[in-house]
Amino acid sequence: MTVNQSEIIGHFGPYGGRFVPEALIQALDSLTQAYEEAKADPAFAAELAHLHKTYTGRPSIITEVPRFAEHAGGARIILKREDLNHTGSHKINNVLGQALLVKRMGKKRIIAETGAGQHGVASATAAALMGLECVVYMGEEDTKRQSLNVARMKLLGAEVVPVTQGSKTLKDAINEAMRDWVTNVDTTHYLLGTVAGPHPFPTMVRDFHRIIGVEARAQVLELTGKLPDAVLACVGGGSNAIGIFHPFLDDTSVRLIGLEAGGSGIESGKHAATISGGTVGVLHGTRSYVLQDENGQTVESHSISAGLDYPGVGPEHAYLNDIGRAEYQAVTDDQAMEAFSLLCKTEGIIPAIETAHALYGAMKIGRELGPDATLLVNLSGRGDKDVDTAAKYFGLPL
Amino acid sequence: MTPLSQLFEKTRSENRAALIGYLPAGFPSQKECIEAVTAMVEGGVDAIEIGFPYSDPVMDGPIIQAAADLSLSQGTGAREVFSTLAAVTALGTPAVVMTYWNPIERYGVENFARSIADAGGSGVITPDLTIEEAHPWRDAVKKTGINSIFVVAPSTNDDRLAQVTAECSGFIYAASLMGVTGTRTSVSSSARDLVGRVRKVSSTPVAVGLGVSTREQAHEVAQYADGVIVGSAFIRLLQESQSMGEGLIRVKELAQSLAQGVRR
Repeated sequence: MTVNQSEIIGHFGPYGGRFVPEALIQALDSLTQAYEEAKADPAFAAELAHLHKTYTGRPSIITEVPRFAEHAGGARIILKREDLNHTGSHKINNVLGQALLVKRMGKKRIIAETGAGQHGVASATAAALMGLECVVYMGEEDTKRQSLNVARMKLLGAEVVPVTQGSKTLKDAINEAMRDWVTNVDTTHYLLGTVAGPHPFPTMVRDFHRIIGVEARAQVLELTGKLPDAVLACVGGGSNAIGIFHPFLDDTSVRLIGLEAGGSGIESGKHAATISGGTVGVLHGTRSYVLQDENGQTVESHSISAGLDYPGVGPEHAYLNDIGRAEYQAVTDDQAMEAFSLLCKTEGIIPAIETAHALYGAMKIGRELGPDATLLVNLSGRGDKDVDTAAKYFGLPL
Repeated sequence: MTPLSQLFEKTRSENRAALIGYLPAGFPSQKECIEAVTAMVEGGVDAIEIGFPYSDPVMDGPIIQAAADLSLSQGTGAREVFSTLAAVTALGTPAVVMTYWNPIERYGVENFARSIADAGGSGVITPDLTIEEAHPWRDAVKKTGINSIFVVAPSTNDDRLAQVTAECSGFIYAASLMGVTGTRTSVSSSARDLVGRVRKVSSTPVAVGLGVSTREQAHEVAQYADGVIVGSAFIRLLQESQSMGEGLIRVKELAQSLAQGVRR
């Protein structure tokens, strides 16, 4: 398998790289160096492992869901419970890793972007824990859709800046965070929340999330005595998916399936399925698939899930798609909400709407493969934050 | 030799800096953009940068963002950028396009360079193209003979400064400060330091941009740089004016004032 060898100076085949103002190169180089040094330092790994054990709540458990699986062709379905992490999603894995790096680099201020608010909450949490100043940029539209998470960030001591430019969503929050970083780069670390952006972010953020797949692979082997037939995860920027996929890359018998946000359907044009419905381009410092028009202008994405509502995707996913190692399928809003409701009612677990896209993928693949198949699904986040959206969707009085 | 390079030979012989004005294509409209550029040239602007409005301009502050949004809402694309460029060069004024990388890649790298040359343009400023990613652009520039202008920043270390400036022709764009475009009350002292460091590694002309908006600032920068770049200050005048007629008068007056500033 040549997958891992292709990762030369921040590139994944033709994807990745650095497309940023020259003003940021010094900071990206310093970050790369600090990360390389930390990776080689057993004390760093030990400190992060200790935090994960005593603060995050790792290892996260796996849960087999037979009642849900009855609706998925009777396949064996196992969930990796990242929703049980402190702050309620996988995002904390990366945030704690980068926050420890910030301490090593001697910076006192972090900035972050957030869509659904999960990464913003995780960043605010780490900042509180480590005594850092924290500013979170959030599209004005998203601050309305996810007002509960705005309040959480403020309770944790972070400043939340609503972004009113452009489409007022995640992509514009990233633009504004980049502008802040260009201006304050001496004192500030940009704690990017997904596997996109310029090198070293796609590699570094992936490495901090690999723990999901490392744990899950061993847990599934212990439970079933064999590898799963497929691993499924939702893909917006793609951080939870790459985290669970990566340790399985060399297990060629294991299908890796990313579920993108199909919104109202790819053909409607209102979606956020960047690999399924986009073209190759450059956005936010990296080359990957992008939703764009004929002039290279970014097109607005659409999804019921704020966390997947992004017109780009991590460059390593673009590469895994092109070489055929991973496959990517679109799941519509309605399909995701069907799976959301089903998991609530059959298993007593309210998933994040982001995650519900992966659950629908499991229903579909389970029916294709039948009862002999074992599917591992990354349950990337819990749905407390989505109760309002879900109640509206299902017409429940609030 | 491009018209832009000829301009710097001329301004050097006149012992002054060149005044370079920026405006996004299609702002305030396709036709009015050309009128505003004409007013800039009449007021004494030596060279024009036509901006390719982009949906995600991370190097730009609120003034240029708003101008780009307005232009994009009217459907400005590559065709309008090149026709504006052709209209400017028809005035006999050296002109370049400033664009983020994705529109170039989308258009086709070599085709983009060729369209610039066909419109009489002297070159392209690429604020988010790093030299590590510049291989295809380098080839296209060589084939078409246009200038390739990269941006350097106060944080660029000396080794890298040598590498980046070696890729530049026409001029080197020195960002005066760590930050985004916009008007500032004073020009950062880091600009002079940066230009001084560039001089040690390159003989290509250096123009300073970011935050220059007044005659006094232009005069100060002209003491040590070969060019002074002004963008947001012109755009703001057009945004603030009650009518296009008023805007054109104010743009021309600012150009006249800045043109005095760049004469040492």
